[in-house]
Amino acid sequence: MLKKAFLIFTITVLAMACSTSDESSGGVTDNFDRTAMLTNWADNIIVPVYEDLNIAVTNMVTEKDNFVNAPTQANLDSFRTAWYNAYKIWQSAEMFNIGRAEEINFGYQMNIYPTNITDIQNNIQSQNYDLANVNNNDAVGFPALDYMLYGLADNDMDILSFYTSNADAAKYLAYVSDLVNQMESLTQDVTQSWATYGQTFIDNANNTATGSINKLINDFMFYYEKGLRANKIGIPAGNFSTTPLPDKVEAYYRNDISKMLATEALTAMKDFFNGKHYNSTTTGESLSSYLDYLNTIKNGEDLSVLINNQFDTAQSKINTLDDSFADQIAMDNTKMTEAYDALQMAVVLLKVDMLQALNVSVDYVDADGD
Amino acid sequence: MLIKLTSYFNKQTHPAPLAVFRIGFGLMMLASIIRFWSYGWIEKLYLEPQFHFSYYGFEWVKPIGNYTYLLFVICGLSALFVALGLKYRIAIITFFISFTYIEFMDKTTYLNHYYFISILSFLMCFLPANAYFSLDAIIRKKQYHQIPKWTINSIKLLLGIVYVYAGLAKINSDWLCKAMPLKIWLPSKYDLPFLGENVMQQEWFHMAMSWSGMLYDLTIPFFMLYKRTRGFAFALIVFFHVFTRVLFPIGMFPYVMIVATLIFFDAAVHERILNGFRKLCNVLKLKASTIEISNYKFQNQKIILPILGLFFTIQLLLPFRYLLYPNELFWTEEGYRFSWRVMLMEKAGYTEFKVVDAVSGHSFSVNNSDFLTPFQEKQMSTQPDFILEYAKYLEQHFAAQGHKNIEIYVDSFVALNGRSSERYIDPKVDLLKQTESFKPKNWILPFKDDIKGL
Repeated sequence: MLKKAFLIFTITVLAMACSTSDESSGGVTDNFDRTAMLTNWADNIIVPVYEDLNIAVTNMVTEKDNFVNAPTQANLDSFRTAWYNAYKIWQSAEMFNIGRAEEINFGYQMNIYPTNITDIQNNIQSQNYDLANVNNNDAVGFPALDYMLYGLADNDMDILSFYTSNADAAKYLAYVSDLVNQMESLTQDVTQSWATYGQTFIDNANNTATGSINKLINDFMFYYEKGLRANKIGIPAGNFSTTPLPDKVEAYYRNDISKMLATEALTAMKDFFNGKHYNSTTTGESLSSYLDYLNTIKNGEDLSVLINNQFDTAQSKINTLDDSFADQIAMDNTKMTEAYDALQMAVVLLKVDMLQALNVSVDYVDADGD
Repeated sequence: MLIKLTSYFNKQTHPAPLAVFRIGFGLMMLASIIRFWSYGWIEKLYLEPQFHFSYYGFEWVKPIGNYTYLLFVICGLSALFVALGLKYRIAIITFFISFTYIEFMDKTTYLNHYYFISILSFLMCFLPANAYFSLDAIIRKKQYHQIPKWTINSIKLLLGIVYVYAGLAKINSDWLCKAMPLKIWLPSKYDLPFLGENVMQQEWFHMAMSWSGMLYDLTIPFFMLYKRTRGFAFALIVFFHVFTRVLFPIGMFPYVMIVATLIFFDAAVHERILNGFRKLCNVLKLKASTIEISNYKFQNQKIILPILGLFFTIQLLLPFRYLLYPNELFWTEEGYRFSWRVMLMEKAGYTEFKVVDAVSGHSFSVNNSDFLTPFQEKQMSTQPDFILEYAKYLEQHFAAQGHKNIEIYVDSFVALNGRSSERYIDPKVDLLKQTESFKPKNWILPFKDDIKGL
C-alpha cells in the first residue's frame, strides 16, 4: 500500500514538475583548470605589472636625485614625467591587494587621496616622521608627490622657489626625496616577495575564504567598487554627498590626468577579467573563461560578454569626459554621474551575477548556513 | 473516535528513548553554544554591528551589550542541566527562553535549524524527560518506568514534519528540473578530495543529488517508523547528514539531526546506550542510592494536550502561509522563513540606498559598509523586509544629522538560482512611505520567470 502510493506520487511529481523542462543537457567532462588561471594571473599579469612599476619607480628615484642635486625647471620636468609614468602603471597594480602588498597595506601607502596638505606641511616642518605610519597614509605616495610637484604654488617658478630660495628649501627637498625613496623600497619589497610568494599563491587553489582565487576576486571586486567607481568618479561627482566634491579627484594638483588614470584603471580591470597578459595581446585562463566554463554547465546567459560590454559602455562614457574631472564637474557634472551609472551597472553584473556563478563568498562571513 | 483517542493518550511506554534524547539534546546544545562562543561569533554577530535587524513585532529584542555573554552562559548552563536532568523543568524553560531570545536579537542570522531548536525546546518544556535516568530522579529518590507514549511520539511527529516539509519544499521546477541551486554549489566544491574534480562537475550528479535529496526528506521519517527498515534508514540519515556537512557550512545541524532521530529506535536500543552512561558512572565511582520505581502520573494532561494540539496545528499550517501572497515566494520571500525551506535558493543581491531631500532635490548614495557588517549587507540585499527596516534606520540616522525632507529610494538588483540579475525593488517608491506588515509588499517588482511547484 505504502509502496504503491509512493510510486504514484513519484510519477505524478515527475510529470507535473518537468513537463516544461528546458534542459539541453550536454555532459560536461572537462574541468576548468584553476591552477592555470592562477598561474596566468601571477606569471603574466601581476608579476610583470610589479616589475614594470618597479622600473618606473626606480626611474623616478633617479630623476628625483637629479632634481634634489639641481632643482632646475628641466629637472623638475623630468621628475614630473617619471612621476606621471609610474602613476600610470600604478593603475594596473592597485587592485592586487594580496600577499606582501596586503601585509604592508601597499595601496594605502601609495595612493590615498585627497592628500592631506596639513599633514604634509607638519611633516616638512617637524622633519620627524614615520612615513609608514597609518596616520601618514594621506601624506605619502603619488598624491603627496602630486602636491609637492604641482600644488605648492600656482606657477612653476613659485613651485621651484620652495626647493631653492625658500628658507625651508632643504626640508622640502628632504621630504620629496623621502617620499620617493619610501615608494621605491615598498615597491621593491612587494615585487621581490613574488619570487617566493608566487608559488604559494598558485598552490593555494582551494575554494576557501583564504584561497587565492577567492581573495583575488574579492580584491578585484573591492577595487572596482571602491577604488575605481567611488574614489575616481562617484565621490568627486557628489554621488555620496549632497554636493559635488571636485577637490577629491585623483591627481587634483596636476589637474589634467584624472581621466587618463581612470581609463588606465578600467582597462587594467578589463584585461585582468579577460586574462590578458600585461603589455601584450595574448590571453590566458581568466575569470571570463571560468564563467564560460561554468556556463556550459548552467546553460545561462553569456555573462562574460555582458560584463565586457558593460566595461566598454563605461569606457565610452568616460571618453566623453574632460581630461580633468575637476573641470568636468564644474562644467557639466551630469556627464560624470552618467559615467558613474555605467560603472555601477557593471558592479551589479560583477557582484551579483558573477559572484553567484562563481559561488565565491564576498567577504569573510563564516557563520553557518542551512 | 473519542474513546480511541482517550485510550491512545493513556498508552504507556518505557521512558528510555526520551531520557537519551534529553541527554543528547542537552549535550549538543552545550557544544553548540561553546562552539559559537569560541568562534568569536557573539562579538561578531551581536556586539560589533551598530544596527540589528528585528523580527516584525519583536523590535524590543536586542543584544544587551556585554550582558549578551551572560545570556549565552545562561543558555549553555541550562543546556547542561537539561542533559543532566537536574531541575529539568526550570532548565528547559530557561533554555527555550534564552535560546529564542538569542535568535530574535537579529534576524540576519536566521537559520531553519535554529528555529527547529527553538520549537523543539518549547515542546520539551511539556515532556517528562527527567522521569528516568536523571539527577532529578536520584534527588527525589523516585524513577518512573512508564510514561505516556504520546510524549515520545510528539518528538517523532515534529521531526517528521521537519523532514516531510523540507521534502515538499523541494518539489519545484528549479530544484527538480534545473538542479538549482546545487548546480551552482557543487561545481564550486572542486577542492573536495576524490569527488571534487569529477562528479561534482557533472550535471547528472547535480540532478541525482536534487532528486535523492527530495525523496530522502519525504520518506525518511516513514522508514524510521518501521522496525524492518529502521536500521537501513538510520544508516542513510548518518550518511546524508555527514555528506551535507562535508559539502556545506552547516555547523552542528547534521549532528543534531543524527542524534535526534535516534528517538525512533525502541527502548531496548536506548537501554544499551544508557548502559554505556551507567558504566561511565561506575568508572567515575558515582553511585546512586536505591531509587524507588513508580508509575508516572502526567499532571495537567488535560491542559497540555490542547496546547500541544494547537502547537502542531500551527506547525502544519505555517509553512503554507505563502499561498496567501500573490507573488513568487522565492523572489519576495513573503512567508519563506519558519517553513523548512532549506538550501533551496542561491540568491545574490546588490542594493544601494539613495537619500533624497524632497524639497531641494539634492541626493546622495549611502555607503552600506558604514552601517552594516558584510554579512548583514548580504542578507539585507535580497530580503525586502530587511531593505525596508534598514531604510527606516537610515532615515533616523540622517535626520539626526540634520537632513530634512528625507525620502529614500533604492537601486536594487537580485539574481536568483542562476538567473540573470533583475531589478528587485521599484526605484520610484519612497521606502519611508511604506510600512512593515504581513500584507503583500507591492513595491517589490514582479518576478520575470516562473517557478512551478509547491
